[in-house]
Amino acid sequence: MSTMATHNATSRSAGSNGKNPPHRKSASRTRRKAVDYAIRYALLIFMFILLAGPFIWQFGTSIKGPTESIFTANPFPNQPTIENYTAVAETIPVFRYIGNSLIVATSSAVLNCIFASLAGYVLARMKFRGRTLVDVLFLATIIIPFEVIMVSVFLTSRSLGLVDSLLGVILPAAATGLSILIMRTAFQALPREIEEAAMIDGASDWQRFLRVALPSVRGSLVVVAIFAFVFAWDDFLWPLVILKNPDNYTLTVGIQYLSGTFTSNQRVVAAGTMIAVIPLLLLFFGLQRWFFRGVGEGGIKG
Amino acid sequence: MKAQYRWLPWLFLAPALVIAFLFHLGPFLNTIVLAFTDATTLGGGTFNGLDNFTSLAQDPQFWTSVRNTVLYAVVVVPLLMLLPLLLAVLVERNIPGIGFFRSVFYSPVVASMVVVGLIWSWLLSSDGAVNGVLQALRIVQEPLPFLTDTSLLLLSCMLVTVWKGLGYYMVIYLAALGNVSKELHEAAQVDGAGGGRRFWSITMPGVRPTMFLVGLLGAIASMKVFAEIFVISNGSAGPGGQARSLVYTIREVGLGLSGEIGYASAMSLALFVLTIGFSILYLRSQRSEQLR
Repeated sequence: MSTMATHNATSRSAGSNGKNPPHRKSASRTRRKAVDYAIRYALLIFMFILLAGPFIWQFGTSIKGPTESIFTANPFPNQPTIENYTAVAETIPVFRYIGNSLIVATSSAVLNCIFASLAGYVLARMKFRGRTLVDVLFLATIIIPFEVIMVSVFLTSRSLGLVDSLLGVILPAAATGLSILIMRTAFQALPREIEEAAMIDGASDWQRFLRVALPSVRGSLVVVAIFAFVFAWDDFLWPLVILKNPDNYTLTVGIQYLSGTFTSNQRVVAAGTMIAVIPLLLLFFGLQRWFFRGVGEGGIKG
Repeated sequence: MKAQYRWLPWLFLAPALVIAFLFHLGPFLNTIVLAFTDATTLGGGTFNGLDNFTSLAQDPQFWTSVRNTVLYAVVVVPLLMLLPLLLAVLVERNIPGIGFFRSVFYSPVVASMVVVGLIWSWLLSSDGAVNGVLQALRIVQEPLPFLTDTSLLLLSCMLVTVWKGLGYYMVIYLAALGNVSKELHEAAQVDGAGGGRRFWSITMPGVRPTMFLVGLLGAIASMKVFAEIFVISNGSAGPGGQARSLVYTIREVGLGLSGEIGYASAMSLALFVLTIGFSILYLRSQRSEQLR
């Protein structure tokens, strides 16, 4: 199916039987290549419509005024308006929700980076009694699905006074087993010699970690930060459980609240979903190579 | 490398360990204990043996949840094993603009399930775009009740799960496709094997271990399904709550008004057994793979 394959196959078969005159061979090759390309791009465009279409459609709906039909095949209005976005802001405290989501996602990213690199470094580099046990414990946190323990986590959070607070949203995912695994793998891949040289120069463990090892795993830190940020921004179930007062909602819970409680106005709901998704899509298109690297480092193992 | 101080590793590990114990391991042990009590959110909690489990066995709501959750995996897993692989084959070759397409195909993964669910509940509504297209093509006369019929609602949620997951598993498959022998493909083409034949006989065997892995990830994700159903049904899990998943019911029973913590914990253990069951199945099949 690849160009290379088509190319080689045609020239090889031509070489072996040699019946076709050269110019016809090349003409049929070009034609076959063109057909192959056409089919490929047609399929790509079909998948584009299938996967990006709903977002585009929703965006179009979100900028349509009350006089324009949202039931036609044309996704875009003649006169775009932002009135649906102001309607969102009038119905729910959307700026507060954006702020809450930003606090939760940023804290989660920062805490995961700090806690996971500390733990990952120890597991990759230090020898101490109880290491295997710690390994098993962190592995267990990956294997036990959060949904299984959710009710008990709620009880724990309640006894810690974390119900209805953003801290309560943040803490359970502040050092995930996956983040620790990624950092540990990254530290293991570093050559030991550099750190050993630093040790001979009299650097302490802490200095070795901070000045030598940590700067060398910046890439993995970015991956951990992005994954933690996106997970926290998108998460729905846990904030729904722990946040009771609508003033404290994060954006995902707030948007569902908007659509479930206040409005059957599809234009306003569309505007709400766009507010929740556009920042993330921008983040993704800006940093996409890190997202794909993250799937490689985290997804396949996790 | 020897640590300078014996307590240093533990100091480094402390924050991660505290969180692991407080929010993962402790609650897990607590879930096991609570499953054998009649605890509620208001307190209580005396040991009641296997009462919760005998009640579960007779609880139609529980069995509906289990049935829907298992059905979810049965439908979603094969689709997630196959469709993203086809998509990966489509975007594998570096033709102009392919990076753009790859990124766009991944974008549903980045969006929250709440956003995706709300978009699709609009597309699937009786006057939504999907029914519009089906009616325009004269496939159906009347709009299909995607959101109000229990089976169709569940099916819609499944397709939304697949739609959102396509890009993620596509990226996993792309990495695996790099290891499939190009020579084998070329040789097969010389022998006159068409695209479908080569996909079946070369690509699929080549990415077999990855297909198993994707199957496992998909199965575990199916066991945990919640947001799709909650958002698309607007919190109701369909007419009479018949489209409920296990997690939906656990949340309703344990964290709803009645707050039956003990009973919900027993249900959580059932969920855990299901999830682990799939993982063990996977590891078994992996081992028999290696023995072959």
